[in-house]
Amino acid sequence: MLILQCPYCGVTAEETELHAGGEAHLKRFGPGSSDDDFHDYLFMRENPRGIHLERWRHVSGCGKWFHAARCTQTLEVFGTYSAQTTEPPQQIKDAISAKRPGWSWRDVSG
Amino acid sequence: MSTRLARQGRLIDRSRQIEFTFNGKKLKGYAGDTLASALLANDQMLVGRSFKYHRPRGLVASGAEEPNALVGLGVGDRFEPNQRATTTELFSGLAAQSQNHWPSLEYDVGVLNSKLFSRFLTAGFYYKMFIHPRPFWKHIYEPFIRQSAGLGKAPETELKDADSYEHFYFFCDVLVIGGGVAGLQAAKSAAETGAKVLVLEEKSHWGGRTPVDGGTIDGLSPEAWITRTLAELEAMDNVTLRTRTMGAGVYDHGYILGYERLTDHAPGQGGPRHRLWRIRPQQTVTATGAIERPLSFAGNDVPGVMLAAAMRDYLVNWGVTPGQKVLVATNNDDAYRTAIALHEAGVEVVRVVDARESGGGELADRVRDLGIRIECGRAIAKVKDGKRVTRVAICAQNGEGGAREEIEADAVAMSGGWSPVVHLWSHCGGKLTWDAAQAHFRPDPERAPTGHDGRPFVGTAGAASGPLGLAEVMADAAAAGARAAEAAGRPARTARTAPVIATSDVTEAPMEPVWLMPARADIDLRMKTFLDYQNDVKVSDVQLAAREGYESVEHTKRYTTLGMATDQGKLSNINGLAILADALDAEIPQVGTTTFRPPYHPISMGAIGGEARGEIFQPLRKTPMYDWHDSHGAHWEPVGHWRRPYAYLRAGESVHDAVNREVKNTRDALGLLDASTLGKLIVKGPDAGRFLDMLYTNMMSTLKPGKCRYGLMCSENGFLSDDGVVARIDADTWLCHTTTGGADRIHAHMEEWLQTEWWDWKVYVANVTEQLAQVAVVGPNARKVLEKLNAKAGGGMDLSKEALGFMEWQDGEIGGFKARAYRISFSGELSYEIAVSASQGQAFWSALIEAGQEFGIMPYGTECLHILRAEKGFIMIGDETDGTVIPQDLGLHWALSKKKDDYLGKRAQVRSYMADPDRWQLVGLETLDGSVLPDGAYAVGNGVNANGQKNTIGRVTSTYYSATLDRGIAMGLVKHGPKRMGEVIDFPGLEGKIYQARIVDPVFFDKDGEKQNV
Repeated sequence: MLILQCPYCGVTAEETELHAGGEAHLKRFGPGSSDDDFHDYLFMRENPRGIHLERWRHVSGCGKWFHAARCTQTLEVFGTYSAQTTEPPQQIKDAISAKRPGWSWRDVSG
Repeated sequence: MSTRLARQGRLIDRSRQIEFTFNGKKLKGYAGDTLASALLANDQMLVGRSFKYHRPRGLVASGAEEPNALVGLGVGDRFEPNQRATTTELFSGLAAQSQNHWPSLEYDVGVLNSKLFSRFLTAGFYYKMFIHPRPFWKHIYEPFIRQSAGLGKAPETELKDADSYEHFYFFCDVLVIGGGVAGLQAAKSAAETGAKVLVLEEKSHWGGRTPVDGGTIDGLSPEAWITRTLAELEAMDNVTLRTRTMGAGVYDHGYILGYERLTDHAPGQGGPRHRLWRIRPQQTVTATGAIERPLSFAGNDVPGVMLAAAMRDYLVNWGVTPGQKVLVATNNDDAYRTAIALHEAGVEVVRVVDARESGGGELADRVRDLGIRIECGRAIAKVKDGKRVTRVAICAQNGEGGAREEIEADAVAMSGGWSPVVHLWSHCGGKLTWDAAQAHFRPDPERAPTGHDGRPFVGTAGAASGPLGLAEVMADAAAAGARAAEAAGRPARTARTAPVIATSDVTEAPMEPVWLMPARADIDLRMKTFLDYQNDVKVSDVQLAAREGYESVEHTKRYTTLGMATDQGKLSNINGLAILADALDAEIPQVGTTTFRPPYHPISMGAIGGEARGEIFQPLRKTPMYDWHDSHGAHWEPVGHWRRPYAYLRAGESVHDAVNREVKNTRDALGLLDASTLGKLIVKGPDAGRFLDMLYTNMMSTLKPGKCRYGLMCSENGFLSDDGVVARIDADTWLCHTTTGGADRIHAHMEEWLQTEWWDWKVYVANVTEQLAQVAVVGPNARKVLEKLNAKAGGGMDLSKEALGFMEWQDGEIGGFKARAYRISFSGELSYEIAVSASQGQAFWSALIEAGQEFGIMPYGTECLHILRAEKGFIMIGDETDGTVIPQDLGLHWALSKKKDDYLGKRAQVRSYMADPDRWQLVGLETLDGSVLPDGAYAVGNGVNANGQKNTIGRVTSTYYSATLDRGIAMGLVKHGPKRMGEVIDFPGLEGKIYQARIVDPVFFDKDGEKQNV
């Protein structure tokens, strides 16, 4: 059972208190977008063995969505951060780089 | 024969005799006995039949690793199958039943089956035999499998577990699993740093097996040291000790489950039976000891063949000897301790058969000095089949089993070496390393399971780490405890006063791995040599699997079922994979182990469920008028977590009759619906209009205060998700009604978009569903009853057509109640939905019922609501929609804004498949004979599909008997439906009848909407 710290209320929450929301930092494509862009936005998701950036919601707590940087293989958590950003803040990138030098995820890297 | 000795038995109280029954036979034991030791004391060698071959089986072990002695315990609503005799503490009145036999344990016809079928029941039996020849399946295989399938008897289906269970949460710095000497030492070393420590011991007593094995610790006997250390731990405020509590599983990020058996040993004492501990330690230390491995020789499953250390346990702990003439077979020095213990207890040791050419060390010398004959380089060729050991044939270890010598014996003590209990270490990814000297896998401390911070969170102490000698065990445990405390952020404040000094008082000669006895045993022997007792897997099965190409240990496990029984291969794992490695001509570490999964030992489903059963399994949501409904004939229907009245039954009335009465009365006079469960979300803020324009398919920002609008919501991939009436309250505020089941979901949907996509928009959402009671006053007399209430109260809201038009709302007072009235209709009738504060809900409802008597008021339920809306062709989320339906399918184009650039689902609805003119579309359906179409029925068209089935061209989404129209009415989705008005299509029913229905307009009643506009 994973533990993640909610960056809003500060609670270290058990997985049962949280709801997983899939891949982070999706870019929305709306009317006018190409079929390919819209298809990728709706359906194509990263499924890495290693570093992953994810959305979580503190659903049985403060109700806030947040992001987590995590290793899907070892379950190590490099940090949690605001949902209201389009890419991880530098401190999160640094925390990942400290453990996994040379990492990259989609077009994000250390 | 097995019997109780006149002395010994450090765990039993001979002054307290206990009566129990086994297969109805009355037997006696002592307080402190396990069911296993008490059965042995009564010479009950035969305790069950094996799963596949129904071979007679006896006790092999003395602890949780026991594979054979599974019994049904208890009676009636406390009956439980597959309970281990070795972990069942004896209590007065215990009733145990042996398993897997018919008609009796002593005489079992399954043995005949086994003789007939044993040739077929080899590895991969299930895969091979289910195929050919086909006629055999029905008459031979299936009846045979059905008779022998299933381990133990299932409890009676109608009975409910009479006991209660609970969950318990615990947080600590260091959790120590295992209360043997290593666990106690680790706990002490950790606790001395000030760390908060919890120690769990699965048995009812502390100290593990060291008191049986001997040695000294800190100059004390093991028992004295245990007593002293326990006293020290108990005196520390930061230490919690629990017996009868097993560390069941280690999970991600260091979450641990413990399983406490509170009343299994004392039923009827009250309180919960089991308690599931949900533990969050910073660090976990597993001090789970080691398990002795059986030796693989023919007949190693005959009752009376037992692990050497288990035999010692029975002698020392419970004063029971499994035999009078015991043969000891071993590949290591530890089994000599059993020979000594037996000899000291006055039991004859007929021979020690040591597979090592060089024999044993100091312990062997002592045994020899006692006059016991030792034969080195020798092996057991075969134990004669039967219900107990009678004769043992021995031969050279390095051979095929020839030149045998027969020895009379009534029990065999065997030892194939020891394997650390690595299960908990491995549950969460801890890796193992092969220790060639001990011939076992032990935890690799460099590759521990890691937690959220990437640091190890499990350590091992004592024999669980690999070392078996007492001195090494104690040193390892002390270091493990201190290390765990430090990792938990508790560096040692003070050094220990003195390092623990332990001695095992002898030096042991190295063990030698022996995976088969004799080393090149012929096939007849190998077919009688069991690896997995519980699943009846033999050496020959694993070898066959290897020959058939099964190279991966995980595949071999599944093909042969090795290690798949309820003991999860505690005894068979290493022996089995050593046989596999040999057959594959590979090294054991290359073959590797199968995956260890929690729980370590089965735990009860009751404990997992805890308090969550019966009424509190899922809390029920009740509206403020729930009790009134309940006392007025409500026939309840679950809707989400709510209960809503389906209909209100009058005396002698059927549900169907009640529904029809309610429909007619609402159309003709006056109906009252408790609509409190409808979701009510307040959306407020400067950007609320803009936000709702994105969420709803139609325009909400242009809605004028005081007005209502019906809206649709879609998911981003275009499918209809919810609907409801939106009211604009003021410039910044909207109130959105959702479906009953949708309130929480839509609230979450709004929050998700606000928090993760449009986080700069200034909008708040509040779910006020439960703050309000809402009553729909419906029917031709609706206005009359409300005006009467107002007249009685001396004034109130003007409810005339002019003052409160259709799709308008108003705040004010009705009958003296502070209310918000919406002129909206889901029935096509003149209708007011009136919200009052939840606390006033019942009073308002009662006032309406009283005032409405003269107007023919009747409450109506959800089925009437459904029929009224279906008569009007209104869609219902969940009936007309199923997550694959878009608004265009339902002819709701009018609710899709053309003016807006964007809304959730807009882009998706122009994808090619969504825009396909062949999509099934909403129509009304009328059967030609007036009957009611079956719900969910499919319409068939011309031709067949690739599977030879008739092509389907549509399906029924809602279907009812309409009391208003006195005929069946239905809605459905039909290919090209709206273009096929008047056509008749076929709906085959399940019972063979074909329903013919005409495609019609889905509005069946009052097409012009005259009734609601009065």
